[in-house]
Amino acid sequence: MAAETLAPAEAERAEQIVAGEHEGLVRMAVRRFTRHRLAMLGLVTLVTIIAIAALAPVLLPMDPITPDYENLGMPPSAAHLLGGDLSGRDVLARVIYGTRVSLIAGLGSVVVFVSIGTAVGLIAGSLGGVADQVLMRITDIFLSIPPLLLIIVFISIVGAGLGSVIAVIGLVYWPQTARLVRGQLLGLREAEFVTASRVIGVREREIVVRHMIPNIFGPLTVVATFGVASAILLEAALSFLGLGVKPPTPSLGEMIASARTPSVLQEQPWVWLPAGIVIALIVMSVNFVGDGLRDALDPKASRRG
Amino acid sequence: MSIAETTGAAAPEMPGDLLRIRDLRVHFPITSGILQRRSGWVRAVDGVDLSIQPGETLGLVGESGSGKTTIGRAIVRLNEPRTGTIELDGTNLLSLEGRELRARRRDVQMVFQDPYSSLDPRHTVGEILSEPLSVHGLATGSARHDRIAELLTMVGLDPAFIERFPHEFSGGQRQRIGIARALAVEPRLIVADEPVSALDVSVQAQVINLLEHLQDRMGLTYLFIAHDLAVVKHIADRVAVLYLGKVVEIGPVDTLYAHPHHPYTIALLSAVPIPDARLERDRKRIILKGDIPSPANPPSGCRFHTRCWLREKLGNPERCAAEEPALLPRPDRPGLETACHFPEEAAEAARPAAPTVVEPD
Repeated sequence: MAAETLAPAEAERAEQIVAGEHEGLVRMAVRRFTRHRLAMLGLVTLVTIIAIAALAPVLLPMDPITPDYENLGMPPSAAHLLGGDLSGRDVLARVIYGTRVSLIAGLGSVVVFVSIGTAVGLIAGSLGGVADQVLMRITDIFLSIPPLLLIIVFISIVGAGLGSVIAVIGLVYWPQTARLVRGQLLGLREAEFVTASRVIGVREREIVVRHMIPNIFGPLTVVATFGVASAILLEAALSFLGLGVKPPTPSLGEMIASARTPSVLQEQPWVWLPAGIVIALIVMSVNFVGDGLRDALDPKASRRG
Repeated sequence: MSIAETTGAAAPEMPGDLLRIRDLRVHFPITSGILQRRSGWVRAVDGVDLSIQPGETLGLVGESGSGKTTIGRAIVRLNEPRTGTIELDGTNLLSLEGRELRARRRDVQMVFQDPYSSLDPRHTVGEILSEPLSVHGLATGSARHDRIAELLTMVGLDPAFIERFPHEFSGGQRQRIGIARALAVEPRLIVADEPVSALDVSVQAQVINLLEHLQDRMGLTYLFIAHDLAVVKHIADRVAVLYLGKVVEIGPVDTLYAHPHHPYTIALLSAVPIPDARLERDRKRIILKGDIPSPANPPSGCRFHTRCWLREKLGNPERCAAEEPALLPRPDRPGLETACHFPEEAAEAARPAAPTVVEPD
C-alpha cells in the first residue's frame, strides 16, 4: 500500500481542519436521553408521582392516621375517593403518604449504599494490594449473607422505623456498588489515556482524581438509579413483613399486606390495589429512566457515536 | 549473557547517539495458584541493543508478541525491565526515580495506537493539552492558551477546537490531538506505538506525513513501532526486525528492504503486496508455518529455527537449534547486521524472489 496511499507531503498542509458545530458533554447526554421514549415517559410519570407526594398533603389537607369509623372498609365514595381501609382510614391519604415514605426510603438508602460502596470501591481500586484484598474479602462476606437474614437480625437489634429501614437497605446493597467502582477503576487503570498521563509524569493520586473518578460517574449514576427501584421494592417487602416503618405510619407495603386476608383480597380491592399500582408505577418508571441514563451516559457510545 | 556477546551484537557506537539501549530484558512473571507463586517468566524482550541518533527515525517491526511494544513501554518507564540500560544522552533512564523521573519524562513522549482510548472522554482538548504543560510548569498563566492554540495549529487543527471534547472528532483528528499532547513538552524522543494502525488507510497517509513534517520542522527523533512494513519503509531511516524478543536484523531502510539477509526478514518482506499487477502475480510468497512460539519457553539456539524455511532447505543443520546466532555486521552491506548462521545462503535463496516494494517515483 506504500506508494499510492502515502499522499504527497503538500496534501496534508492543504487541509487545515476547521471547527464547525460544537456540542458539550451535558448537551449530548440530554439529547440522547430525550431521544429515548420510554425514559422520557418514565421521567414524566416519576416527576408527577413525586409532585403529588410532595404537594398533595400541603395543598389538600388529609389525614392518613385518624380512623373514621363510618368509613370502616367502605368502598370508594365522594368523601373518600379510594374508600376506607380496615381501620376506617382514608386509603387515598394513606397511599399518598405511603408514597412519600417509599420515596424517602428509596432515595435515602441509595445515598447510604452508594456512599459506602463508592468509598470502599475507591479505596480498594486505587490503593490495590493488601487494602484491596482485605476490603474485597469483606465485601464478599457481605454478599454471602442472605439479605433477609441480615435484615431481620439488624431490625430486631435496632428496632423498626424509617431510619433503620434506610440503614439496613444501605447495608444490604453497598457491596454491589463497591465491586462496580473497584472494577471500573481497575479497567481505567489500564486505559490508554491514563497511561498517557503517566508518561507525561502526572502523579498517581492526581490521575485517580482527574481521570479515573470522573469516568465512573456515568456507571455510578445508572447503578444509583436502578438502586432506587430495588430499594423501594425492598422497603415495601419489609413493611409487608412488618419489619418496616412503625404503624400507624402509612406504608405501601403495609397496605398491600392487608390483602393477606382472603376476603380482603377478593372483596375489597380498593384497600390494597392502589398501593400496588403506585409501587409498580414508581419501580417501572425508575427503571426506564435508568435505561435512558445508561444509553445517555455510556462512555463507549460517546466514543464512536 | 557474556560481555563479549553484548558488544558483538551492539550497533556501531556513535558518540552522538540520543538513545542507547543495552542488553534490555523485560521479563514478566507467570504466577500460578492462589499464593501467586512464580512459575516462570515470559521473556517479552530478551537482550536487545539499539541506538537512535538525533533526528533519526528507527522503525521497529515484528509480529505481535515479538516484543516491539514492550521495548517502547520500557523506554517511557511503563514496565520494569529485569536488566539492561536505556540511556538518553548518557543518563540511564532506568535508574531514575520519583521527582527526577517525572522531570525527565519531558524528554520522551509517546503517541498511542488507539486514538479512541488514548484521550480522556471527559476532558476538553484544552484540558488534555494543558496537562503536560502544567505538570512540567510550561507556558504558565496567559501564555497557556496561546501555546495550546499553537500546538493545535502545528498538528493541522483549528485552534477553535480548544473547548471541544474528544467524541466530537474523527480518528485521524484524535490522533492529531494525541500528537499535539506528545509535542507539548518539546520532547527529544517520541515513541510512536503503531500510531496509524487503528486509522483508515486514507487517514494513515495524512498522519504519517504530519509526523514527517513535524520531524523536519522540530528535529524530532522517532522510535516508530509498526507491523506494517510499507508504512515503516516510508518513514524510517533505519529498521530493526524483532522476533521473539530479539533483534534478528537491523540496518538502513533501503539496504534492509533490498538486500535482506535474515530468513525471517525475507519472509516478512515477501508478504508485502507489490502495487504492480505483473510483479504481484509473479511474486513468490514465503508462508511461515504456525504461530510465533511462546516467549515463556523460547526455542533453543536460533529462536526462529522452528519456523525457518531456509533451515529446511539446507537440510536442518544442527547448528540452528544448538547455537544462538549473534547479530553480526554484513561486510558487503554497510550498516546491515544480521543474526543468522547462514546469511549468505538466505540472501542467495531470496534473490530470484527478492520482493522489493516498488515505488513509482
